[in-house]
Amino acid sequence: MSPSFDELTAGQDIGSRTIEVTRTDLVKYAGASGDFNPIHWNEAFATGVELPGVIAHGMFTMGAAVQLVTDWAGDPAAVVDFQTRFTKPILVADTTGTGQPGATIEVSGAVGKVDPDAGTARVDLTVVSAGQKVLMKAQAVVRLS
Amino acid sequence: MTINPDLQGRSYPAAEVYDVGREKIREFARAVKATHPAHFEVEAAKALGHSDLVAPPTFAIIIAQRADAQLIEDPDSGIDFSRVVHADQRFTHHRPIFAGDRLVAELHVDGVRAMGGGAMITTRSEIFALTGNDGGDRQSVATTTSSILVRGEGQ
Repeated sequence: MSPSFDELTAGQDIGSRTIEVTRTDLVKYAGASGDFNPIHWNEAFATGVELPGVIAHGMFTMGAAVQLVTDWAGDPAAVVDFQTRFTKPILVADTTGTGQPGATIEVSGAVGKVDPDAGTARVDLTVVSAGQKVLMKAQAVVRLS
Repeated sequence: MTINPDLQGRSYPAAEVYDVGREKIREFARAVKATHPAHFEVEAAKALGHSDLVAPPTFAIIIAQRADAQLIEDPDSGIDFSRVVHADQRFTHHRPIFAGDRLVAELHVDGVRAMGGGAMITTRSEIFALTGNDGGDRQSVATTTSSILVRGEGQ
């Protein structure tokens, strides 16, 4: 059920969700996106280039986080603009075979601004992992009919 | 390894065509843990008024990063891909991306800024759909902008 544009107000909560991430998820994202940088799947390579370990693709995090907005809006095509800065890498531990996540991402969102002339609303996302904000200025502009 | 400062202002014309397939949309959607039915079921997409499956909001990164690869793999650029960290990203959709689209991207290097021993490079991809029977016309689909930090030694 799509939200009604006329009832949107700044500050309105759009909900939250938890995303669990494993090394397998990073391999899947690498294959789906074509980004095969080994820092996202090979520990020795990642530490060899002075990273603390294997890190999630920023674009995995960005792409997963926006699903909260897509589902709230009721149509993926409603997201007309989406931007973020990547501030902290998400370290993904190797939990292969344990059934445990290697990292957990918490996503929550709120309406930041409503533009009645454009028929759009800006949703501001808060994206946190291991107690730190991993995305900054994560903003999706949604056009609602 | 130093970044070539002359990269700023450089453009790479649209190269190969990217054919957007239904299975690729489904695969990408699963990879970002998207569950909206408009990514998976044609009937669900049509019920929302779309011609075919709708790509997730960040799908255009596939096409944008292919375009970026022209720059990163250009021996003249001085970029070491293993030291690249994504700093920021933006997608502006002029229309959604649908299965069946035939897309091309023009790459523009909008900024090169030295940072410590490395550099911040901002690129913009203008993504078009080829339209018309002979694919001779272009429709603007998305503009993506991306900044990458190429870390210097010790960064």
